[in-house]
Amino acid sequence: MSSMIATRDAYGETLAELGGEDPRIVVLDADLSGSTKTGVFAKKFPERFFNMGIAEANMVGTAAGLAAMGRVPFVSTFAIFAVGRAWEQVRQSVAYPKANVKIVATHGGVTVGEDGGSHQSVEDVAIMRAVPNMTVIVPADGVETRAAIRAVAAYKGPVYVRLGRNKVPTVFPADYRFEIGKGTELVAGTDLTFVTTGLMTAQAVAAAEQLKKEGVSARVVHIGTIKPLDQELIVKAARETGAIVTAEEHSIVGGLGSAVAEVLAEQCPVPLKRIGVNDRFGTSGKAEELLKYFGLTAEHLVEAGREMLSRK
Amino acid sequence: MNELVTHLEEKARQLRVAIVKTLHASQSGHTGGSLSAIDMVTALYFHKMRHNPADPSWEGRDRFVLCKGHAAPAQYVALAEAGYFPREDLMMLRRLGSHLQGHPDSKGTPGVEVCTGSLGQGLSMAVGMALGLRLDQRDNRVYALLGDGELQEGQVWEAAMAAAHYKTDNLCAMVDANGLQIDGDVTKVMNVNPIADKFRAFGWQTLEIDGHDMAAILAALDQAETLKGGPTVIVARTVKGKGVSFFENKAAYHGVTPSDEELPRALECLGEQCNL
Repeated sequence: MSSMIATRDAYGETLAELGGEDPRIVVLDADLSGSTKTGVFAKKFPERFFNMGIAEANMVGTAAGLAAMGRVPFVSTFAIFAVGRAWEQVRQSVAYPKANVKIVATHGGVTVGEDGGSHQSVEDVAIMRAVPNMTVIVPADGVETRAAIRAVAAYKGPVYVRLGRNKVPTVFPADYRFEIGKGTELVAGTDLTFVTTGLMTAQAVAAAEQLKKEGVSARVVHIGTIKPLDQELIVKAARETGAIVTAEEHSIVGGLGSAVAEVLAEQCPVPLKRIGVNDRFGTSGKAEELLKYFGLTAEHLVEAGREMLSRK
Repeated sequence: MNELVTHLEEKARQLRVAIVKTLHASQSGHTGGSLSAIDMVTALYFHKMRHNPADPSWEGRDRFVLCKGHAAPAQYVALAEAGYFPREDLMMLRRLGSHLQGHPDSKGTPGVEVCTGSLGQGLSMAVGMALGLRLDQRDNRVYALLGDGELQEGQVWEAAMAAAHYKTDNLCAMVDANGLQIDGDVTKVMNVNPIADKFRAFGWQTLEIDGHDMAAILAALDQAETLKGGPTVIVARTVKGKGVSFFENKAAYHGVTPSDEELPRALECLGEQCNL
């Protein structure tokens, strides 16, 4: 865990690189280009950047129209607005026709911080996961974000990518290869498995190190693509370690935890604990404080890991 | 010009017959709004638009977006008549397995550009197409047909704002202002008037016509093409159910199809013999 970088910064830089490589790429933002980092692209390619103002529904529809013209639109705003305000536009104008629109939302989860519960999206992954044709990606760090954005640009079809506001530790090596629909075993282990996504993956790696000191061998499986889910990797982890702890900076309703529960219930029932925001709205505070407040730290994962061992 | 008008008027009459027969076969779908829109749809598909039924994705085509997607039968009969797919397909409207979905679906129907039907979303997609054509440096045009009830959707005005902001003079919106929506008079449910004034305030150029006067439709479409610097809207006053006297101006026929008993009478209104 060397460098710290915000996934939104990695996005902005990668998008600007891609703009030079693929002239089909266009970018739309809703008055948040400084925060979502699409402003980096806008500076380099002003003719292919459209600020649509504070009007997310129209932004998503316009992107669908551009996609119908063969363009590859990246649409960015905060997760709460991309998924909340424009949900039906994402469904009807993007997912239903399988339009080649990439919705890259930043400021997902409670680490939005001080802005408070109104701006902290804890439901977006659940909502996007329920939409047919939609691919849902939640990168763990800057390295994965870069690789994922490139994979998303090359993929033909609707994608939702959820990024964060704050700097997060880098967990992946620079040569990490991202593949849509494939999870990654980051830490080998035999006693239980942490199945995690987004910034919780770094916490799981730290938790596994702590548990190792206690003589517990915890596996860490990172799920970068929540839909389509890497069922094989999850079932393998359940079979081999016998207990699963999921962790996500998202509601435990409908997100990664639910997705994993669905797979386990049908294919390999083992003791499961879901770590996430427990069906509550967020609240104002510093990001680090909020992660503690909502039980989203390595310490909480260690505790959950111990509990799972007793349930095996 | 007169010959052209007469030709298109006859084409529109035939398409009205096709709409009535199609909706009688499906026993599900939107009659009133299809009949009010068909004169404009006819003018676009059989005169104004550059398109190629043999090659629906031809790059040089103009684009049509049926924002009021529930009038799908109007677009479907025009597409079938133009040769995008066999006329027999119309009899499968809304049936399981048919490419003719209840509302336009670009995944299955040749000639349909985007998926519409959820009101208020079409104009945004039309704006995106207009921006795309400009990026591609093509002189093609985008035509978006909206309902007047549809103007109650806030997204329409977001799109109107964006179209003017980005000066999309390759975009022509048409409002099929038949004055009725499901629950009754547009003025009583939620008044959207004055329509043209609203668009003008959003930076659009506006033309107001009788939406069943073929010569006026053609003249407005030609004029819209000459108006530069921003988008144009043609506000067309129409009659819901136009052409079938007992359907006309009745909100009840928004989503009701001709019954077995009504079919011959409807066809008679349209100057067509019924051979049932």
